[in-house]
This record gives sequence, C-alpha cells and structure tokens, in this order.
Amino acid sequence: MTSTRNVALSVLLLAVSLAAWEAIVRAFDVPIFILPPPSKVAVALYRGLASGVYLSHLKVTLLETILGFVAGSALGLLLGTAVAMNRYVDYFLYPYIVMFQSLPKVALAPLIVIWFGLGLSSKVINAALVAFFPLLVNTMVGLRSADEDRISLMRSLAASDGQIFWMLRLPNALPFVMAGLDIAMIFALIGAIVAEFVGATSGLGMLIQSMNFTMDVSGQFSVLLILSIVGLLLNRAILLVRRRVLFWDPSEKSAVETADVETPATRRVPARVATKESTT
Amino acid sequence: MRATGVDAITIEALSKQYPSRGGAVTALDRISFQVTEGEFVAVVGPSGCGKSTLLKILAGLLPTSSGEARLRGTPIAGPRRDIGVVFQSPVLFPWRSVLDNVLLPVDVQRLGRDRYEKVAMDLLTLVGLNGFEHRYPWELSGGMQQRVAITRALVHDPAMLLMDEPFGALDAMTREHMNLELQRIWLEKKKTILFITHSIPEAVFLGDRVLVMTPRPGRILEDVFVDLPRPRSLEVMNTPEFGRYAREIRGHFSVQGGLDG
Repeated sequence: MTSTRNVALSVLLLAVSLAAWEAIVRAFDVPIFILPPPSKVAVALYRGLASGVYLSHLKVTLLETILGFVAGSALGLLLGTAVAMNRYVDYFLYPYIVMFQSLPKVALAPLIVIWFGLGLSSKVINAALVAFFPLLVNTMVGLRSADEDRISLMRSLAASDGQIFWMLRLPNALPFVMAGLDIAMIFALIGAIVAEFVGATSGLGMLIQSMNFTMDVSGQFSVLLILSIVGLLLNRAILLVRRRVLFWDPSEKSAVETADVETPATRRVPARVATKESTT
Repeated sequence: MRATGVDAITIEALSKQYPSRGGAVTALDRISFQVTEGEFVAVVGPSGCGKSTLLKILAGLLPTSSGEARLRGTPIAGPRRDIGVVFQSPVLFPWRSVLDNVLLPVDVQRLGRDRYEKVAMDLLTLVGLNGFEHRYPWELSGGMQQRVAITRALVHDPAMLLMDEPFGALDAMTREHMNLELQRIWLEKKKTILFITHSIPEAVFLGDRVLVMTPRPGRILEDVFVDLPRPRSLEVMNTPEFGRYAREIRGHFSVQGGLDG
C-alpha cells in the first residue's frame, strides 16, 4: 500500500470525489445550510484555523480526551486485573460492571454535567467512563489467556503467584491491553465531545453545537474534519507505541495496517461502539 | 549433604487417579522403580499410558493419589529447585530474548544474573547456539528453540532433568541430531535424566535403561537395561544388538499397536 503508484491513486480518488461533490451541489443548487460544497468547507476551515479559534477549542477537547483516556484506561486496567485475578471480585462486582456498561453512557452525560459543572472535570469524567470498559474486558481476557504450558513451566520452577503474574500473565496480556487502548482512545474522544454537547463553555463539541444554532453547516463540516483527523492521529500514536511495546507479537509483524481488530476481545467491544454512536 | 547410595528417584507403589464422570480413571497403577544418580532412563509407551502424568508428579505439578515418590531421598511436596523440566513444546516467552529465556529460572529463583549470565552463555555454546543470545524465539527454528529450552532447564544446575517428549514435534532428521546432542550434553554434565518418549528407537538410543509402560491402567511392564557402549553414534541403530532391544520392547506393544518408530 505504500508504493508511489498507490499513493497517487488514492490522491486522485479523493480529488475526483471532491470534484463530484462540488459539481453535484452546484448543479442541483443545494442550499448551503443543507450540504455545503467542499470549497465552502475549505474556506470555513481556513478562517477557523487562521483566527486561532479552532486551535483554542481543539486544545480544550484534546486535554479532556487525553485526561479521560488516561483515567479511564488506568481504571479499566486495575478493575480488569482485579476481576481476572480474584474470583470474589469476579463474582460480586463484575455483574454490576456489565450492568453499568449496558447503560448508554450518553444518557449519563447530562447528570455528570449537573454534578461536575460546565468545566473540564465533567468532560474528563465522561470520557473516562466511556473509555474504561474496553480496557477492563481486554485486560481480563489477556490475563486469563496465559498458556497452560507456560504456567506449568513457571510452577515447575517453584515460581510464586506474584512472579507468574509479573513475568508471565502481564506481558502475555499486553497485546490485548494495547488493543483495548486503541479503542479506548477513540472512545475517550467520543465521550468528551458528547459531554461538550450537553453543556460546555469551550471545546470542539461546543463549537459544533453553537454552529448548529446559527445554521453554519460549512463550519460544522470543517470541525468534523478536524475531529476525524484528530481521531486518526490519536489512533496512530497508539499504534506507534504498540509497535514498540509488542515487537515480539506475531500480529504486529504481519498486520500493521489492520492492527485494530485481531483479538477476540476487541471483537466483542466494537458491538458496543455501535450502540453508543447511534445514540450520540 | 548428599548421602551416597541414595537413589535420584524412588517410586514405590505409586498410583494416580483422576476423577471423571462415571468414576475415577486410573492413570498410574502401583508403579515402582528406582533411578540412580547420573542415570539416563527412558520411559516409553503409547499415548494414554500415564507417562506424562508420571513426569508431572515428579515435577511437583500434580499430587499423588497413593504410594510414594521421592527425589534424592525426600518426598515430593510441590515443585523444587533441583530439577529442570523440558516440555514437548519449547514453551519460550516471546518477549524475552534467547538469553533472557535461558535466565528465567535464575530470575524466578533470584539466583543473581551477574553470576549466571556466564553460565548461560557457556551452556548456549555447549548446545551450539553461540551468537544467538540476543535473538528472539520467533527467529529460531523448532530444533533451536528446543535447545534453548534444554539450556533453560540446565542453567540453575539442577541435579535432574525431566524431559517430556522433548523432540516429539521435530522432523526425523532434526530429531536424530538432537538425540546425539542430548547424549553429548548428558555425557558432559552427568545429570540424572528421565526422558519420556513414544519412540522405541529414541528410547533405546538414549537410555541406560528403558521403562516400558502400558496404558489403562498405566503400569510398568518391563525394565530393560540397554547395554550399548557410549558414546553411541547413529550407526548403532543398524547393529543387531540395537535391533534386538527394539524388537524386545516392541513385542510388548504388538497387541496394542499405536506406537510409532
């Protein structure tokens, strides 16, 4: 996919699509508040960036997302470890965690904004709540998937349970954890934007909301474009870390491009993404 | 302190039952044998004869149902540090380099890397993996991976090696080569080795003694002393003596069948 011919082809494909979009909007005289042509979106994007407005809102959203990602991932990692390693936690706590997960987190956002205000904290908390579950599930599955032979080997060396955890289970869970982080990063961005929709004083979600009120559809398109680029970059950052950490993992050596979905654990989670995004 | 005359392995009337639907299954039925220090004992039998169960009991991974199992005079009560185990698959950790895999027992038993890194390097040279210490398991062939596993079992200088069909997954050529290598390592290190296999030629080639096991329930049918001079070369397999031993052992299975080699 990296040959110059393919790059040229994909650029050409993009240019043709944009040109077709522009042509159709002009030919059929589509009102700008329904579907703006790409040229108008480009102008809106340029104005927003040049004035520094987009950048200041982007900074806020990015901070919320990353703080939420860190907090949510840490929580998921700890709870996932507790559920995987302690059968009492598994028995008594896990059903409630699943119940909480079945709840559309978007529906919680208004409450969280009431409790924690219009500022940063409500966005971080919402982002964290959305981000933690993929980490929880993947950590759980990863820690439990340690190969029986490897456990036998460790036991035959008279290893303690703690040593089996640190030397075997945890490194063994890393591919799963990394796949969870991959999803959690995008989830955190969704969580932050949703909370901004509900009530915020700044951030790209708030910006989209206020543009919607003034029927500035070109502006909304340009912010959506920024959001998808941010999402892509955050995802790439995780992949970069993943490639460093999991240099030994077979999936990392073969499937670099399609690295998002290869473990059973990650397949279970995207099903939940669908419900979340449809309610957003 | 090691008292002279104490056997490396003493098994007396050892039985092992597994619970299962429809009553207990007897994997080992009152088996008894001794292994003296430095001896190479091969255990041969078809699948399901309980030979892997026997090894797991000796490794301290499984409790016995009745009877006694002693290593160097002391009853087995869980895993111990004076044995090294080699499994059928190499069981290497992909996130550890070859050297780090070999040093796993040193890390687990907190023996101190400084002292053992040299030991590990010498052993890697002994098994012919000089220069591969910083490679990762996935970069090695199956035979090389199993050599790493053997090195790992030797690194903390255990008195005894328990090997569970260690070359079963290798192709025939590599397997013969590994048999020669193992004999060489054993002659140099003089460890007690209990070697489980389902290949009769492999058992005869390697063993000072061959314990013949039959399944359902697992019993030791015969204890064959293999009186062939060391070091044995692959040519020994073509001698009439070797053929006689192999025939004698195979005779026990002709009724049951299902044994390769």
